[in-house]
Amino acid sequence: MPNQSFDPVEPNSLQPEVIAAAVAEARAAFDAARTLDALKVARLAHAGDRSPLALANREIGALPPAAKAAAGQRLGSARAEISKALTARQAELEAERDARVLVEEAVDVTLPTDRRLTGARHPLTTVQERIADVFTAMGYEVAEGPEVEAEWYNFDALNIGVDHPSRSLSDTFFVESEDSGLDLRTQTSPVQARVMLARTPPIYVICPGKTFRTDELDATHTPVFHQVEGLAVDEGITMAHLRGTLDHLAEEMFGEGIITRLRPSYFPFTEPSAEVDLVCFVCRGESVGNPERPCRTCNSEGWIEWGGCGMVNPRVLVTCGIDPERYSGFAFGMGIERTVMFRDSAEDMRDMVEGDVRFTAAFGVES
Amino acid sequence: MRAPVSWLAEFVDLPPELSARELGDALVRVGLEIEKVESGSDDVSGPIVVGRVVAFDDEPQKNGKTIRWCQVDVGQPSPRGIVCGAHNFAVGDLVVVALPGAVLPGGFAIGARTTYGHVSDGMICSTRELGIGEDHSGILVLPPDSAGPGADALDVLGLREAVLDMAVTPDRGYCLSMRGLAREASAALGLPFHDLQPELPPVDGRAYAVSVDDPQGCDLFSARAVTGLDPAAGTPAWMAARLRLSGMRPISLAVDVANYVMLETGQPLHTFDRAKLSGPIGVRRAQPGEKLTTLDDVVRVLDPDDLVVTDDSGPIALAGVMGGASTDVDATTTDIVLEAAHWHPASIARAVRRHKLPSEAAKRFERGVDPAIAGVALQRCVDLMVQHGGAAAVDGYTVVGAAPERPLIALHADRPGAIAGLPIGRDAVVRRLVEVGCQVDGAEVLQVRPPTWRPDLTDPADLVEEVVRLEGYELIPSTLPTPPPGRGLTESQRLRRTISRALASAGFTEVLSYPFVSPSVHDAFGLAPDDPRRRACRLANPLSDAEPELRTSLLPGLLATLHRNVGRGNRDLALFETGLIFLPKPDAPPMPRPSVDQRPSDEEIAALDAGLPDQPRHVAVVLCGDVELPGWWGPGRRADWSDAVAAARTVAEAARAELDVEAADTEPWHPGRCAALILDGQVIGHAGELHPRVIAALGLPERTAAMELNLDAIAPPPPALAPALSTYPPVLLDVALVVAADTASAHVLAALREGAGELLESVRLFDLYTDEQRLGPGLKSLAFALRFRAPDRTLTVEEASAARDSAVALAAARVGARLRT
Repeated sequence: MPNQSFDPVEPNSLQPEVIAAAVAEARAAFDAARTLDALKVARLAHAGDRSPLALANREIGALPPAAKAAAGQRLGSARAEISKALTARQAELEAERDARVLVEEAVDVTLPTDRRLTGARHPLTTVQERIADVFTAMGYEVAEGPEVEAEWYNFDALNIGVDHPSRSLSDTFFVESEDSGLDLRTQTSPVQARVMLARTPPIYVICPGKTFRTDELDATHTPVFHQVEGLAVDEGITMAHLRGTLDHLAEEMFGEGIITRLRPSYFPFTEPSAEVDLVCFVCRGESVGNPERPCRTCNSEGWIEWGGCGMVNPRVLVTCGIDPERYSGFAFGMGIERTVMFRDSAEDMRDMVEGDVRFTAAFGVES
Repeated sequence: MRAPVSWLAEFVDLPPELSARELGDALVRVGLEIEKVESGSDDVSGPIVVGRVVAFDDEPQKNGKTIRWCQVDVGQPSPRGIVCGAHNFAVGDLVVVALPGAVLPGGFAIGARTTYGHVSDGMICSTRELGIGEDHSGILVLPPDSAGPGADALDVLGLREAVLDMAVTPDRGYCLSMRGLAREASAALGLPFHDLQPELPPVDGRAYAVSVDDPQGCDLFSARAVTGLDPAAGTPAWMAARLRLSGMRPISLAVDVANYVMLETGQPLHTFDRAKLSGPIGVRRAQPGEKLTTLDDVVRVLDPDDLVVTDDSGPIALAGVMGGASTDVDATTTDIVLEAAHWHPASIARAVRRHKLPSEAAKRFERGVDPAIAGVALQRCVDLMVQHGGAAAVDGYTVVGAAPERPLIALHADRPGAIAGLPIGRDAVVRRLVEVGCQVDGAEVLQVRPPTWRPDLTDPADLVEEVVRLEGYELIPSTLPTPPPGRGLTESQRLRRTISRALASAGFTEVLSYPFVSPSVHDAFGLAPDDPRRRACRLANPLSDAEPELRTSLLPGLLATLHRNVGRGNRDLALFETGLIFLPKPDAPPMPRPSVDQRPSDEEIAALDAGLPDQPRHVAVVLCGDVELPGWWGPGRRADWSDAVAAARTVAEAARAELDVEAADTEPWHPGRCAALILDGQVIGHAGELHPRVIAALGLPERTAAMELNLDAIAPPPPALAPALSTYPPVLLDVALVVAADTASAHVLAALREGAGELLESVRLFDLYTDEQRLGPGLKSLAFALRFRAPDRTLTVEEASAARDSAVALAAARVGARLRT
C-alpha cells in the first residue's frame, strides 16, 4: 500500500512495546525448547528470515530518514539479544546431549587388556647386567670369553698345574677326552688371563658368564651356573681397594649397610686369598649369640658366603706378561645364582634353571 | 677334618674358659672354614650309663634264639633286669646301658618293656645303637676299670666332647693334623704351642732293609719295627673315642694306632705284617702290566707312573695311596714293620686320579706332608703299640734319603703392608713369620726360611698372606681404586641387551637351558646323517650318559623347556634363549701347553685359540598355544609360523637391520612353512612351524613354531641417517594383483617397489585373497597400499598413477602379475 501520508505513521511492528514483546516471546520459546530439534523450530520462528523482527526490519526502509536510525538501533539490539539467548540455549542443549551420549558410551574400564602374552627376562641375565652397570659406571669394561676353553687358560695360566689338587677338586667337564686340553670352563677366571694377555695395564674389567662343574642339579647346586669376576691390575693396587670395591658392589646389589667381610682362604690364582662374606641381609648379624632370635638364612652366623677374592698371584701376572714388580692386581668372583638367591629370596636352584615361565614372569623385563 | 678340642689342647694351652665356638671363630679368622661345632652326643639324650653285668641266664626261646636275661649294676641300690640278644660279654664286664627315658640316635626312645617273658628295664647298647660305629655283631664292652657302674657313659666314651668340623683348603696340608691345627690356634690366639718331641733312636738302617730306586718320587723313607704284639689286645677306649670323633672307624690296635698317629702328626703311616714280607723293601715306579691287589680287594693294573713299594714278591703297596692285601696286618699279626715315607705330591695326585682311589693318606701326601715329622710319628706308633699291645720295639731305625733343605725366600719388609694397604711394620712382619715357624734374617730385605711343614710357602706372596692373615683381614681399610675413564659397554654388548629387551617386550620369556644334548635329538629333528649339526663336541665325563654332547643348536634345550612347561600346565608359551653353541673344527690342531714361566708367544696364543671349537652366539624362540588370547574383544590367535618369522624381524630391527625372507626346506621345520632368514645375502637362520614328525617325536603341542639365528652375524648398526621429511600431501593408491598361488609375496612387493621409482614413499601388503571361482584355479590376489609423495611439490594424481602403472608393469614382467579388475 503506497504511503499516502506525508507524515507517515511508524508501523506498529517497530513500536518498542511490540519489539520487546517479540524478544520476550523468543526467549520464552527458546527456554521452552527441550531438544535441539525443538530449538531449531523456535529459532526459525523467532530468529529466522520470517520471524517478526526480520519482517519488522523490512519496514525500516520506509521510514523517514530521521526515524530510521532510532528504529534500526532498537531493532538491532533486540535481534542481538535474541541471538544471544539462542546461542546460550543452544550451548545448554548441546551440553545436555553430549553428557547423555558420553554416559551411553561408558564402558567397564576394569575389563582385562591382556590380549598378548607378557614377556620377561631371566633374573640371571638382568642381575649380570646390573653388576656390569655398577662397574662400567666406575670405568670398568666388560670382557667375555669362550665357554669351551683351553685347559691352559682355565688352569695352567691361573697357577693351577696339571697335578694341582684343586684341579681334580674342581669337578671339571672334559671335552672329547681328559687329555684333549679342552674343558667347559669351571670359572670365568680364564677370561681374566685372556684380558691380561691381550692388554697392558691399567686393566679394569669384569667378566660375567656361564660356568660349568660336574654337580648334579639339586636345591643348591647346578652343573651350569653363572659367575661374575672382576679384575683390576694397576700400579699400587692393594687389598684395601679390593675391599672397597666389594663393599661398593654389595651395597649396590643388596642395599645400604650390607658390608662385606674378608676371611683368609686359598685360591691358586690369588695370594693373599680370601672368601667374601656378606653381613646377613636378613638379621644383619643380630642373631649371633641371640638364641631368642635365630636366623635361618645365616644359621645365626651373622655372615653368608658370597664369593672368593684376593690379590692376583704374581705368578699369574708373569704368565700373562705383566711385570709383578711394577703392577699388582686384585680379582674377585661370585656366583650370580647365589646373588639372585640372596637378593630376590629365590630358595630353590631348580626354579632358576628349569625355565618355568611362572618363575621368570615374576621378574619382568628388568629386575 | 674333624678335631676333638681335647686333642688340640694337648698341643696348645687352651684356657678352660675358651669355648669351642670361640676357638672355632679364631680359626676362621686365620683361614679355616668351620663347617660346624658339634659334640658326638648331639643326637642322644637321657640316662645312658655304665653298667656292670652281675649275672645272667641264657634262655633258649621257641623261635630258636637264645636271649640273655641279665642283672646289671647301674650304680643303684639293686641291679636291673635287662634282656639282651648278644652273647659277647661275661659276668663282670662293663657295658653301656640306656635306661628308660633315654633317646638314642634316630629318635629311638628307650622304655621298660616286656619281652621274652621279662620286664626289660633298659637296653645294653652296641656301637651302632649309640651312633658311634657300624658294629652290631655284639654289644659294646668297655675296657675293664674304665669307669664305675652308674658313670655317664657318654663321658666315658668321650662323646660329650666338642668337635670342630673344618674345611681345609688344598694349600694347608699341615692342617690335616692336630699338630697343625693346634699351631694355627696358637698363632690365632697368641697361646703357647707344644710340639711332639719324643726321643728318637740313632739312625742305623737296622729296622728293616730298604732301598729306594726313585729318589725323585720318594726323597725320604723311614721304617721302624715292633715284635710280639698281642693280636688280641684291644684299642684303648680313649683312642677309639678320638678316632670316632674324628670320623674314623676303630678296626684293630695296629691299624688304629697308625690312624691315630696320622691324625695327630699328619704323617700317614703304613703297617706291614713282617711275617708276610719277603726280602728287603724297595721303592720304584711300577712296570708296565704289573698288578696289585689293594686292601679293598680290588686288583689294580699299575701304570708305569705309579710309585710302588715292593718286596721280593713284587709290588706290595700303591705308595702313599693304599696298601696291598698280601702284606696286610691281620688278626694273627705279631710283628710289624712301620713305614713313614715322604712321597712326591704330584705322583700321588696322578695315582689317585688314575685309580680313582682317594684315601686319607693320599689326601695328605698330595697336599704335602712335613718331611721332618716321620721319625716322630714312627716313635709315637712304636710307643703306643708297646704301651697298649704288649709289643716290644725292635732295635734299629731305617732312614733312606733326607728331606731337602728349603730355599730362602727374599721378602721386602714393607711388601706385606704395601699389598694389604695397611701399615705393617718390620717387627710385626718378622713376628708373624716366626709364629708360622719361619726362620727370618735380614733388615730391609728379609731372608725367610719356611718351616718343613709348610711346603706351600714358596713365594714372597705366600709370606705376605701369612703376615696379613695373622695381622687380621678385618684391619684392612675399605677404599676405591681410580680406574681411567672407560668406554662402557661395547656396541655388540649393547645390541645384545637391546635384542633381549625387544624379545621380552614382544611377549617372549627368557630361559637359560643346559647345553647338554642327546645325539638322539638329531634323529628326532630328522637331520640327515651328514648334517653338520650332528657333528658335536662330546664330553668325556657327562653327568648323564644319555646327554654326552654339547648343543649345536639352541632348539633342543628350548623345546625341552617348552615341553616341561606344557607338562606343568603352562599352555600358551613364547620362549627365547640366547647363548653359545659349539661347533667342533674338523681338523683342529692339538692344544698346546705353553710354559707358565713367561708370557706365551703370539704363535702359542694363536694355537690355543685355533684348537677351540667355534662358539657362535645364537638366539632362538619357540612358541605354542595362543599368542593372542581370547577375551571380551573376540577370539584369540594361535601361534604359527609367522610369529616365528616376526621374532626374527624383532631381532633384526633391534639392530636396524632389514631381514630378507625366502622359502626354505630345512629340518626340523615343516617343508612348506619354513623361512630362510637372510641378511646381506647370507642365510643367518631359519624360522617357521616345526615338522609334524618332529612335533610327534618330541611330544610337542601341535603347530609348535621355532626360530633360530646366528646373533654374531648381526653387526651393531652404524649411526642412523635422519630422513629429510617432505610436508607435501601424499597420494594414496591401492592395487590388487593376481599372481600364481606359489608366487612369493615378497617378490611381488620387491617388483612394485622397484617399478614405482623414487616417488613411492611406502608400500604395504594389506590383503591376501584366494577364491577359485572368482580368480580361477591356482591363483591368489594380493592387495597393496601404495603411498606416493614428492619431496618438493604437491604430487598430482596423474604423476602418482603413472608411477603405480610402472610398478604394476614391472610386477607383471617379473612375476606375471595382472591387475585384478
